[in-house]
Amino acid sequence: MASAFDTASAFAYAPAPESRSVVDIAPSYGLFIDGEFTEAAGGKVFKTVSPSTEEVLSEVAQAGAEDVDRAVAAARRAFGKWSALPGAERAKYLFRIARIIQERSRELAVLETLDNGKPIKETRDADLPLVAAHFFYYAGWADKLDHAGYGRDPRPLGVAGQVIPWNFPLLMLAWKIAPALAAGNTVVLKPAETTPLSALFFADICRQAGLPRGVVNILPGYGDAGAALVAHEGVDKVAFTGSTAVGKAIARQVAGTRKKVTLELGGKGANIVFDDAPIDQAVEGIVTGIFFNQGQVCCAGSRLLVQESIQDELLDALKRRLSTMRLGDPLDKNTDIGAINSAEQLARITALADTGEAEGAERWSPECELPSAGYWFAPTLFTGVTQAHTIARDEIFGPVLSVLSFRTPDEAVAKANNSQYGLSAGIWTEKGSRILAVANKLRAGVVWANTFNKFDPTSPFGGYKESGFGREGGRHGLEAYLDV
Amino acid sequence: MSESSRLSVLKTYKLYVGGKFPRSESGRVYEVADAKDTWLANVPLSSRKDARDAVVAARKAFGGWSGATAYNRGQVLYRVAEMLEGRKGQFAREVAQAEGLSTSEAALVVEAAVDRWVWYAGWTDKIAQVVGGANPVAGPYFNLSTPEPTGVVAVLAPQESSFLGLVSVIAPVIATGNTAVVVASERAPLPALSLGEVLATSDLPGGVVNVLSGKAAELGVPLAAHQDVNAIDLTGADPELARELEIAAADNLKRVLRPQDVRDTEEAGPDFAADPGLTRLTAFLETKTVWHPTGSLGASGSAY
Amino acid sequence: MPSPQLSPPPGQGGAATLAAFADVTASDSTLRRFLHGLPGVDAVGLEARAASLGTRSIKTTAKAYAIDLAISMIDLTTLEGADTPGKVRALAGKAVNPDPTDRTTPRTAAVCVYPDMVEAAKAALGGSGVKVASVATAFPAGRAALDVKLADTRDAVAAGADEIDMVIDRGAFLAGHYLKVYEEIRAVKEASGAARLKVIFETGELSTYDNIRRASWLGMIAGADFIKTSTGKVAVNATPANTLLMLEAVRDFRAQTGVQVGVKPAGGIRSTKDAVKFLVLVNETAGQDWLDNHWFRFGASSLLNDLLMQRQKLATGRYSGPDYVTVD
Repeated sequence: MASAFDTASAFAYAPAPESRSVVDIAPSYGLFIDGEFTEAAGGKVFKTVSPSTEEVLSEVAQAGAEDVDRAVAAARRAFGKWSALPGAERAKYLFRIARIIQERSRELAVLETLDNGKPIKETRDADLPLVAAHFFYYAGWADKLDHAGYGRDPRPLGVAGQVIPWNFPLLMLAWKIAPALAAGNTVVLKPAETTPLSALFFADICRQAGLPRGVVNILPGYGDAGAALVAHEGVDKVAFTGSTAVGKAIARQVAGTRKKVTLELGGKGANIVFDDAPIDQAVEGIVTGIFFNQGQVCCAGSRLLVQESIQDELLDALKRRLSTMRLGDPLDKNTDIGAINSAEQLARITALADTGEAEGAERWSPECELPSAGYWFAPTLFTGVTQAHTIARDEIFGPVLSVLSFRTPDEAVAKANNSQYGLSAGIWTEKGSRILAVANKLRAGVVWANTFNKFDPTSPFGGYKESGFGREGGRHGLEAYLDV
Repeated sequence: MSESSRLSVLKTYKLYVGGKFPRSESGRVYEVADAKDTWLANVPLSSRKDARDAVVAARKAFGGWSGATAYNRGQVLYRVAEMLEGRKGQFAREVAQAEGLSTSEAALVVEAAVDRWVWYAGWTDKIAQVVGGANPVAGPYFNLSTPEPTGVVAVLAPQESSFLGLVSVIAPVIATGNTAVVVASERAPLPALSLGEVLATSDLPGGVVNVLSGKAAELGVPLAAHQDVNAIDLTGADPELARELEIAAADNLKRVLRPQDVRDTEEAGPDFAADPGLTRLTAFLETKTVWHPTGSLGASGSAY
Repeated sequence: MPSPQLSPPPGQGGAATLAAFADVTASDSTLRRFLHGLPGVDAVGLEARAASLGTRSIKTTAKAYAIDLAISMIDLTTLEGADTPGKVRALAGKAVNPDPTDRTTPRTAAVCVYPDMVEAAKAALGGSGVKVASVATAFPAGRAALDVKLADTRDAVAAGADEIDMVIDRGAFLAGHYLKVYEEIRAVKEASGAARLKVIFETGELSTYDNIRRASWLGMIAGADFIKTSTGKVAVNATPANTLLMLEAVRDFRAQTGVQVGVKPAGGIRSTKDAVKFLVLVNETAGQDWLDNHWFRFGASSLLNDLLMQRQKLATGRYSGPDYVTVD
């Protein structure tokens, strides 16, 4: 479990595991439809495992097309009353949910770490605070929709079908459900098959909050359930976060309908470091950019564009910094890099990294012992990467950074924009006018200047080009759930 | 020879692409008739290659147009209104013939179209404040969202409203800095082709608006599939074609404005005489959010 | 713990460093160009990194190690107008034998006093190995003529000080007279002779992180053996962020010159929790070569008792109280 750093140092941090006893995972879970946990119509179940140990955490009902029918029908039944509630009442339900999440945040953080494999440091300090903040933020909108700039008395769309990924299970749920409910919609949400548990715990939170039956329905399942939900005639709104390939399939699926769609898809974010950057903070930003959540982040800064004149110095600093990262037990409070979410994802990362090597890029990882059980991938740098390399173009969705160099700001912008994606970008320079000029030219939905991977419920998030369309967060995020 | 017996000079209608007035590279033309089926003109029957050339021209114009100041774009759009005002008579005749209206009815339509240019001219430097703004994030960061144009937008202009409808779909696209490839009404393309002549004399940089005449289906398919087109407005497509094009547009995730997004029922066409609202203006905008640390004035503010 | 071999013997390193930076220190303007050419510091990013390292969870064996290391790094300090030989003797007694109930407790690194108390401290510490550090150069304001500052330094050295803690002329620094600050540090270094020189920047008065980075390099190229945050006499003293920044400076300086320089945060570090956070900063920034009281010190007084109470708690499993540590 120890990184090179531990073994070489006399100041070896003793294990500091967060207690698992704060969360009580039942041996099995049902679907959550119309306020009740229920078995899948087909009786199917699937196992969810802890990616860091491969231990089976629970057995979960697997939704099929028939269950989608039931859930959409329940959501439809609930829609009339829910949308007719005074906004202030809907707001209070959402405030209740936000508060209960805060109360149960340690439990949910541990649960998320177990089911997803990400470090407790992240679930505790990033995921959960943002989840609660997101509900708190949209709660306040529920009775102010008249003032949101979408005309007088904007109407909800109806039933929202929402499909979320496994990288930030509960946070993506919050991004989807909070604005939907605030605007007066009801939802059917399908969590990812590898991370269903936090959504099911959220179902329990809805019950604790007294949320009317059918307003939120949770359907754990696989891609087929997601496809059935997206295609369902009773769904008025589709919100999806996930891969660009699936996003395109959804866009084709809804063609010709009145369904409103928002898609939050892949990325290949360029993190641009100029020679006058605040170097130590840039190094931290690069690390945060690509190793946060093991790089399984759509807005990851997976392409480092460094000005050639400081490339060696920056890479030395980066490698030194990577050597201090601690990979291992995600529940250990000192772990910086946790497990990859699934064997399948690990195989994808491994294959793309191998391609990088095969295409001639130079691979480097800090000395790093990987645990024998579970799914693990060492933090990895590729240097000598050009725009022509697969690893400079394809989203890897793992802890793998491709390093490219540039000579001038023009070249940096041209390379940064030379991608099918357009989700995020980073700029590191102490020169204010350069930040503004470069930010202006970047075709990306989120630009972090002298920082990276910052999120806030008030801040719109979403992509240009094949990174999808629509925005989540802020006033902009309401538009996706209103008939405007 | 009496004046009435003078043989009039007919106009050869051409496409408007990249600021020039080419014929279709295919050499094809088709006949355009008025509402009573009287022959009016032969117009270019644009080909896939014309569509491709138009996309190239629109892409080339995008950097300059999107980079122009919003004030400058407003001035140009207003100039379009000024130029049109002076040619109201010509457009009223073309609209009357195209849509079977009386000359006075057609004149009202043209005036509404002029006014629409004025409306959008005023929007260019206001939309960013209406749909963008500062976001009060919970941390020491300055955070600003601003709208930016999506890029090259393919526009299938409405089939019925040959001029007011046409202006109503072009103006919002270019007001925000996008460039457009417009497929004119198949049956009534003359006002659109004439509009090209107005745009060419209105300080609008070449390539910002490109006008093609021809078949919506034939041109829509390559435009919807084109990987360097960022968005498509399907207003002029029938439901079946719209669905087909929306599927093709998914290949590079174009932003799609469906006919049904801008009308209340499937049956009725859009009411271009009504207040346009913001739907068309915001349909082809991206929101860019930029973060920057604010920090403190000095190191002395921090403690543990 | 083995001492790193990178550091040249006293005196020699200084000379080599001076030579390496001869061009830089040729004039006020060359020095300014050099210092202002150092990478900028983004305040939010720096503070976020310091805060993030502050969330490390140091438990059990690691905590025991950290507590003993922290005790061994303390410059146990009294810098009061009311200091007397008796007070200094009591402090020295505590430095040598911090916990009378547990003789395995490490000694502190040094006691730190005013120059006129050096003699008393030296006598009380005898051959214990605990060093005597003396503030000098018109501490804490540093507002005196150079001759006075040098005389102050020589007095302390003559009285037996092993280490000199000087203050820089913040006024000169803020006015941009970097060469004046540089030359003053060099002069004090020379006057210090064999004593190790700690250069205090008074980071709270320099105000910006960019200034702290520049001051760090200025001090190091002038021959500082240690760079030190503060006097403990102003509102803001050592913070995790300014100490992290200085650790980056000594790390980078060694990478560039081969010369290792120590770091001493001083003032405001009162609890074990705080001290452990600073050790984590050292560990993950400069690295283990600095985890030794030859290279890292805490300028503190009340910190020691909290470390001792925590040490007793680890040994006995129960919480200690102020009556079970000595008051000096």
